[in-house]
Amino acid sequence: MSGFKVNHKQYEKEDRKVEFSSGTIQKVRQIISRYPEGRSASALIPVLHIAQEELGGYLSVDVMDYVAGLLGLLPVEVYEVATFYSQFYLEKTGTYVIEVCRTGPCSICGGEKISEFIGEKLNIAVGETTEDGLFTLKEVECLGACGYAPVMQINTEFYECLTTETAGGIIDMLRKKGEKKEGSRWTDKFF
Amino acid sequence: MDRQILLKNISVPGISSFGPYKSSGGYDSVIKALKEMTPEEIISEIKKSGIRGRGGAGFPMGLKWSFIDKKSTSPKYLVCNADESEPGTFKDRYLMEHLPHLLLEGMIIASYALGAETSYIYVRGEYKYIIGILNRAITEAYSNGFLGKNILGTNYSLDIHVHPGAGAYICGEETALLESLEGKRGNPRIKPPFPALKGLYGSPTVVNNVETLACVGPIIIMGGEAYSTIGLGRSSGTKLISACGNINRPGVYEIELGLSVEDFIYSEKYCGGISNNKKLKAVIPGGSSVPVLPSDLILKTADGKPRLITYESLAEGGFETGTMLGSGGFIVYDEDACMVRNTWNLTRFYHHESCGQCSPCREGTGWMERVLHRIETGEGRWHDLDLLVSIASKIEGNTICPLGDAAAWPVASAIRHFRKEFEFHIANPEIVKDKNHGAIEKYINVRSAV
Repeated sequence: MSGFKVNHKQYEKEDRKVEFSSGTIQKVRQIISRYPEGRSASALIPVLHIAQEELGGYLSVDVMDYVAGLLGLLPVEVYEVATFYSQFYLEKTGTYVIEVCRTGPCSICGGEKISEFIGEKLNIAVGETTEDGLFTLKEVECLGACGYAPVMQINTEFYECLTTETAGGIIDMLRKKGEKKEGSRWTDKFF
Repeated sequence: MDRQILLKNISVPGISSFGPYKSSGGYDSVIKALKEMTPEEIISEIKKSGIRGRGGAGFPMGLKWSFIDKKSTSPKYLVCNADESEPGTFKDRYLMEHLPHLLLEGMIIASYALGAETSYIYVRGEYKYIIGILNRAITEAYSNGFLGKNILGTNYSLDIHVHPGAGAYICGEETALLESLEGKRGNPRIKPPFPALKGLYGSPTVVNNVETLACVGPIIIMGGEAYSTIGLGRSSGTKLISACGNINRPGVYEIELGLSVEDFIYSEKYCGGISNNKKLKAVIPGGSSVPVLPSDLILKTADGKPRLITYESLAEGGFETGTMLGSGGFIVYDEDACMVRNTWNLTRFYHHESCGQCSPCREGTGWMERVLHRIETGEGRWHDLDLLVSIASKIEGNTICPLGDAAAWPVASAIRHFRKEFEFHIANPEIVKDKNHGAIEKYINVRSAV
């Protein structure tokens, strides 16, 4: 998608085991079964969501290659998809990815100020991650909650009708909570 | 003008669960359709109802269904388009969050009428929690015999699956959605062939919007003819309008088509007027893609008739003085809104969301964004307005899918109706440079003569 920046980097194999747990493999099989015989490519987007959640918070080359192998696709077929959709992250992200809506309706209701405020509070620019690895700040296009503007989404949660005070409170609350606990994966909850 | 069809049971406690939904008359339409009606009779009722697609294009639903290639030996598919991403539109989210079974009810009848035995709901990736709600509702429907093998003891079997997107506005275009569902980039396909002949996996497919499908159950219960008497003329039925922007009561409202825009914006029952007692400046009534209209033209047509919320009345006057109903996403701007900034903002959206397949859209949206940005930040040049109009006209109609048109219309209409405001930006770089957040109205009389 336009706006996607290509950062040329030397590929280096990661020094970790990139694979799903056996429970997740079960789940992947179950997702594949939703589509007709021979159409396992259809499972790609849901499986990439799971991979991103389970294998480090972003889609590294090794993760994408692993998913390709799992679904019988060429690696490039996975790269194509991973680079197209804005919810797939190609760079390391924080535990909490703060996505502030910047589109029309949120913008006229003060969305820009929210993102500015959070950036100042966390001392990062849009697109950056805090040093402790807890927060990444992003500005995204319409989240489909225009009537409750300005809004932001942090991981799966929507935060609506924001003011700088409530936005600040939410960040403080998440900081106190710290790292995510086991079993809080949205792909487990919702898929 | 205040008949409720979709949201009539919204306040029943626990209505999102099967039990309360069923005891409020839910799924009666499935029983009626599967036990008493043939697929042809169902399609005929939908045709009689006159219902038009609620996703934005307004195509007659019954006609779309009748195009499906029944003779094809391939499996047929129904795909529900829940990739609601049009800025200003959040009605489907509301419907799925509170009435997931109403959608399933419509999907079961539609799938039966189309001969589909597998159906998918494509939900935009941002609505993750909605995926959870839908999956719970689907499980409930299975365990109560409304999904799965031999529904209600008939020969008909159906599976419904939820498929998540991952953040791409373009996947709301039906062929891009199908590509995405097949596990690919969301690049729209060239039509024809239309999905009714070659859709998902090359099989006959119907793609319908959430709200459109939610209307199927009520239409089957009341009959197509009765439904067609609701609303006004060729705009039959009710419509969910999602209202946002500078209004007192933003939210999702079900209106009977034919309600006047003025009533909708000012009545306490709906938007409750402009917030902070300000004046109305402009409205985009159908999601960000449709032309913006200044206050006088949104309240009354060019020849002085009250503007009504119908497909026809909103379009009256063509693009010179009219707009479109689109998805029913009302974005309301008050007197302080800067139309240059808002147009730039929406153009940035389309630039970001262009799939990149067609050059006019991929390049043109980026050019428009940059030109608008320089006008907004006090770097504008006098020929920029003609340049913008020229770029917009060269994108429009020259792309595979309507995203190109959707990107061009807001720019062309903003310049058409608020030209003076753009000119003011170019003539007064010093003022606009430090006044970035709108309120240019304070300096000039911004409305150009129509």
